[in-house]
Amino acid sequence: MASSPAGSPHPYIPATGADRARMLERVGVPDLDALFADLPAEHRDPVIDLPPSLTEPELIALLEERAAANTSPLRPDFLGAGAYRRSIPAVAAHLTSRSEFVTAYTPYQPEISQGTLQSAFEYQSVVCELTGMDVSNTGLYDVASATAEACLLAARATRRHAVALLEPIHAGTADVVRTYARGAALRVDVVASAGAVTEEHACLVVQQPDFLGTIVDLEPLAGTVHAAGVLLVAVADPFALGLLRSPGDAGADIVTGEGRDLAGAPAFGGPSLGLFAARSPFMRQMPGRIVGRTKELNEPSGGGDPRTGYVLTLQAREQFIRRERATSNVSTAQALIALSFTITAQALGPRGLRESAELCYQRAHAAARRIAALPGFEVPERGPWFQEFLVRGPLPAADLAAALVDRGIGPGLDVSGRSEPEAREALLFAVTEATPDAHVDALLEALAGIGGGA
Amino acid sequence: MTALRPGGEDFGARLSFDRGSPGRRAVDVPAWAGEETPLPDAALLRDSVRLPELSQGELVRYYTALSARNYGIDSGTYPLGSCTMKYNPKVDDLVASLPGFAGAHPQAPPEDAQGTLRILLDLRRGLAEATGFPAVSLAPAAGAQGEFAGVLMITRALEDRGELETRRRILVPDSAHGTNPATAAMAGFAVTQIPTAPDGSLDRATIEAELDGSVAAVMVTAPNTLGLWEQGIEEVARLIHEAGAFLYGDGANFNAIMGRVRYGDLGFDVVHLNLHKSFSTPHGGGGPGAGPVCCSEELAPYLPTPVVEECPDGLVRFTAPERSIGRMQQFHGNVGVLLRAYAYLRALGLEGLRAVSGQAVLNANYLRALLHGHYDLPYDRPVLHEVVFSGSRQRREHGVRTYDIAKRLIDHGFHPPTVYFPLIVEEALMIEPTETEPPEAIEAFADAMIAIAGEAASDPETLHAAPFTSPIGRLDEATAARRPVLRWRPPDEDGE
Repeated sequence: MASSPAGSPHPYIPATGADRARMLERVGVPDLDALFADLPAEHRDPVIDLPPSLTEPELIALLEERAAANTSPLRPDFLGAGAYRRSIPAVAAHLTSRSEFVTAYTPYQPEISQGTLQSAFEYQSVVCELTGMDVSNTGLYDVASATAEACLLAARATRRHAVALLEPIHAGTADVVRTYARGAALRVDVVASAGAVTEEHACLVVQQPDFLGTIVDLEPLAGTVHAAGVLLVAVADPFALGLLRSPGDAGADIVTGEGRDLAGAPAFGGPSLGLFAARSPFMRQMPGRIVGRTKELNEPSGGGDPRTGYVLTLQAREQFIRRERATSNVSTAQALIALSFTITAQALGPRGLRESAELCYQRAHAAARRIAALPGFEVPERGPWFQEFLVRGPLPAADLAAALVDRGIGPGLDVSGRSEPEAREALLFAVTEATPDAHVDALLEALAGIGGGA
Repeated sequence: MTALRPGGEDFGARLSFDRGSPGRRAVDVPAWAGEETPLPDAALLRDSVRLPELSQGELVRYYTALSARNYGIDSGTYPLGSCTMKYNPKVDDLVASLPGFAGAHPQAPPEDAQGTLRILLDLRRGLAEATGFPAVSLAPAAGAQGEFAGVLMITRALEDRGELETRRRILVPDSAHGTNPATAAMAGFAVTQIPTAPDGSLDRATIEAELDGSVAAVMVTAPNTLGLWEQGIEEVARLIHEAGAFLYGDGANFNAIMGRVRYGDLGFDVVHLNLHKSFSTPHGGGGPGAGPVCCSEELAPYLPTPVVEECPDGLVRFTAPERSIGRMQQFHGNVGVLLRAYAYLRALGLEGLRAVSGQAVLNANYLRALLHGHYDLPYDRPVLHEVVFSGSRQRREHGVRTYDIAKRLIDHGFHPPTVYFPLIVEEALMIEPTETEPPEAIEAFADAMIAIAGEAASDPETLHAAPFTSPIGRLDEATAARRPVLRWRPPDEDGE
């Protein structure tokens, strides 16, 4: 705010004192305050306790200091449990940072929004290919809210008033389903097997791989639940789908997933990206924006046939038209994250995605084998798994985690509070294609030291 | 957008899937050199996945060409009413991408994320100060999710009062954003629409008549979507509270009043903000945003989880309010957006916030003065952040619709304003210049609008066919909805 009185008040606000004077005169009021005359006088201009403004260098210095107060992202770290460090091609961040994408609004004017719209169509196509579904929206907030929306859709489609969640499922996903279910007056049952679903349930929600890392054979589950008229909602990791059978092929009706990890860094969990795709009978029940392909109404002014373009479509489902009868209240979601997700998937391509998923699988299994070979440690298996595994050591889980922190290692998540017997006194470790060998070596050394001292 | 004018290739006909060549790739994946672990049973695996095969350069050119077919606030004036499309400071992107922030894992214990958590705490405090409320949750991912959180909080409070069974209605003005009634319905309430009075304010008599024991809440957008302040809202709040209901505030238009009045001082019980509007985080073509929810002491125990708190041991942690409605997301919200909003708040400070609202309101009124007489103004009085004109005269006299006017603005190099909203204004043109437009840009926009009003009289056919300079012309939206094509398919299974 170090400008002269006649200068602009801030670099973000261009009008100078002279500009303001000229504009006020044209408007016909003496000063800015006069424009706020409708606001209640007794509450005007309250005392607001905010720190003074910072110049850009001061702001950068402050935020660099704060960023340095986080533990270094270079420390070996084996957290997963819903967020995984991935190898993201440099082109994803580069292209996603183009300001024509970054600073656009929702594409209400398709003639000057084809970049956003056609990219969204690419995204929908990638999601359909990965999930084996017929139709995808342009993305929701995150995996959990997308799964909650899937439950609401299932309840609408089946006219049933309960949903079932199959354990082990991410606690955050279950919590968000409960939050959304409150509004729709749905009962949420957490079940241990698909056999527990009844004709009261609209859907069974199954996480793939499950919360403890195990790959789920979806096909028999689909058979069981469909027999009771229950829909199968698969909550799938889209990266794992580079290797795993698509949920659609296995019989799922709706697929949700978290796209953040293929879009960029974990960023403390957000911005995230909720994948949402379904079979075509549910197309007009979908929440969120959907982009469709169409043609120009007229021939181009330069001649030739009408060209291909993209528009927001099936909008009769949406809040700004349907208001209280909309399928969801979603408006702004996660378009830019969806763009980055799309570019990563397309940069990897069909072979790269498979190779990357296999590399993840190989690295994780090699690390687990080395840990299991250490005296005093075991890796309790619950079936085939992808990138996450349980580790039980010679110490209680909390103590093992603390001992790793003391040795400069970020441990896996303590899951010892869960009910599954394999999780008893266990930590859940994630090793991905992006985990450096040196980090795994450091972990092994630390565990060996802990084992040796026990 | 100059590289791809009409007459070029039918760019949209070829997706990335239709480009490149089998065998090309944009990135390499390291080979696994260690001991091979057999893959799981083949029944659990897929054979292949269909994705494009492009070299890195081809992929970059494709998306660069797509970006050139887009218009952002960095391209020019973007006066979408109620969307607050203002300039997005680049330093905000820079600081949000610092490795210490970007690399933080959401499951990290609080000791490992004190830098991020401290900022979230300071942002929480700043938003509480700015809105005049004691409590804030930063969890909601967007305005609509913030609304949903707020209405669920009211639900929970009514449950604790034992009144949830009887209070089943929410009153929503007919000028509200569509998310308001959609949210009320998602939370299980019936919606009663409240008409707008002739002066553009809430119809007080209807509200008073409707306020009975069946009303859970009234949702009010302040300032409203006509750009007008709801005069006497404190009195309305008092009536609502006397009737045992809550006043929900849609803070989408907070930009107009920042630093000048606070929702908490006026009797609102809960308000959501749109940080991608008022706090200038980039909209990204449809998100990510952030929709923090700010509330009174009474509703604080119901806030969505998590809430960021400073603990007695000096550490900042996420906590769950005692009677929380629960989580809105698996983790902690759109943290990257919250970091940007914090940087914006710190760059401005209180004086800066007041300068924002002052200039935003002056710019809207300046535009109103420049266009006065050229277009109808159904609510002809000074406005706050936006002004709603009507194209009904152009329609009546020349058969030119607001739709045509919007499309013609593209030829003048502007993004059109919001059209056909609010629903209560015929042929609405809802214009919000924001404080970041210089007066010359507002004058140029007004000149274009005036030129188009002239063209409506002299050459309506041109307006019906506009735009002519965009990468693509008007699109057939009816066929898109009737025969939906929503994804790429290979040529051999293409049902188009």
